[in-house]
Amino acid sequence: MTINEIQDSIIDEFSLFDDWMDKYNLLIDLGRELPVIDPKFKVKDFLIEGCQSKVWLHPEYDGKIITFTADSDAIITRGIVALLIKVLSDRSPEEILSAELFFIEKIGLRQNLSPTRSNGLLSMVRQMKLYAMAFNAINK
Amino acid sequence: MKDISEIRADFPILDRKVYEKQLVYFDNGATTQKPQCVIDAMNDVYTTYNSNIHRGVHLLSDLSSEAYENARETVRSFINAEKKEEIIFTSGTTGSINGIAFSFGERYINTGDEIIISHLEHHANIVPWQMMCERKGALLRVIPINDKGEIIIGEYLKLLSSKTKLVSVSQASNALGTITPLNDIISAAHEINVPVLVDGAQGVQHGNVDMKKLDCDFYVFSGHKIYGPAGTGVLYGKEKWLSELPPFQGGGDMVDKVTFAKTTYNVLPFKFEAGTMNYPGAIALGRALNYVTETGREAIALREKSLLSYATKRLSEIDGLKIFGTSDSKISTISFLLKNIHPYDAGMILDKMGIAVRTGTHCAQPVMDYFGIDGTIRASLCFYNTNEEIDSLVAGVNKVISMFS
Repeated sequence: MTINEIQDSIIDEFSLFDDWMDKYNLLIDLGRELPVIDPKFKVKDFLIEGCQSKVWLHPEYDGKIITFTADSDAIITRGIVALLIKVLSDRSPEEILSAELFFIEKIGLRQNLSPTRSNGLLSMVRQMKLYAMAFNAINK
Repeated sequence: MKDISEIRADFPILDRKVYEKQLVYFDNGATTQKPQCVIDAMNDVYTTYNSNIHRGVHLLSDLSSEAYENARETVRSFINAEKKEEIIFTSGTTGSINGIAFSFGERYINTGDEIIISHLEHHANIVPWQMMCERKGALLRVIPINDKGEIIIGEYLKLLSSKTKLVSVSQASNALGTITPLNDIISAAHEINVPVLVDGAQGVQHGNVDMKKLDCDFYVFSGHKIYGPAGTGVLYGKEKWLSELPPFQGGGDMVDKVTFAKTTYNVLPFKFEAGTMNYPGAIALGRALNYVTETGREAIALREKSLLSYATKRLSEIDGLKIFGTSDSKISTISFLLKNIHPYDAGMILDKMGIAVRTGTHCAQPVMDYFGIDGTIRASLCFYNTNEEIDSLVAGVNKVISMFS
């Protein structure tokens, strides 16, 4: 599936729920299912500090694709982290760099990525693109 | 006092819904909502007599200047200051403290001098002093707190010395709600001729404030936390200090004569009000203070006391809920955590239920460090809140617990 196809499937999944609480329950479930990050990466070097919640993000590049693992101390943030991983992990640097993230807005979670909602998610997206840019540069 | 439905009718926003749920606004410590009369006062400036103050020869400028100066008199009387000249309008608490930290530092602080603050302060009463200390080679000393979140007076007395040049403490903690024993702090400082600044950001709206009785040297507060507009604030200073201190900003209106060789400054209070002030805001702040006076400050304090005790009782009944800040002397602010639940998660779910609380460190990271936590959920109540709203919060918290366990 392409990045956009995955985004569409997430939008479909969330569109089943009208109620905010159901959407958040789904996020909580996604947060709980998020594969655990290797504890050795839960250190300052991989920490993206928000004012409200923290996010740890670790990239692994095999020369073709970047695999991201991540975690957060808040479960709802973890849920959104899980979605971002679903969309942007195991992709080539070029794909990540050219990706346009529209699913967040479509599923009504835009406020979670606003610059004023400092949960670290906006910085996480930026950081994922920065890693892609860096690995891309190594390739050239 | 008006009954609660009359009071709530004064604040149009309280009626609104969020996510189709009735709004429960418990973030009054961050900012309070505005009564219609304040909104009208602001509107009235712009629709009927807007003009820059102190500068015109025309009628509108006269009206505007008069309303602005009346607002100054309202502030004076509200805090019972001796003179109108001791009331400076600013952009808020942060602006007031930064101004004094600069001017006081320039005039009185030398290498090795000490400034005392407390462990309860919010960043606005920490960072300006740190900046001043760095500039002047001075040292910041911090009064420790105990596990109830109270200042330890005995430790404060030990910090006071001949090196102390100023004490700056908040009237009440924004993060925990603890009320500071100001009389003890001020009298001990005055015994060795050290001036005291009181940060009234979380105090002025919760009861009587009387400069003559309190006898502090500086008092600062924000307009938007006492039902007035954002971007307004007050700096009160005893005349003997304000006349000695240099201005903290240069510009129009604060000058007497300007030549390129030298500028002499205007008299108080204008010396500290450079440039075009937020006069519509100041005028509306005056209206807000009158609203508080009309409603009754004693009555407001009593209502808030009863709300605090009901909320404390109801929240304490919840299994796994821990309150931070357990002093007997508190404003109507309750900071708490739920066992194994991140405050951000709790805040997000409460929001979806229409309940507005603040989560995080409340711009008071040292307080969080003391308790070894990353943040809390803070419900800050004021006189327009109700016991029914507290019941909604309790139901919301129970829902949060069921979702995350």
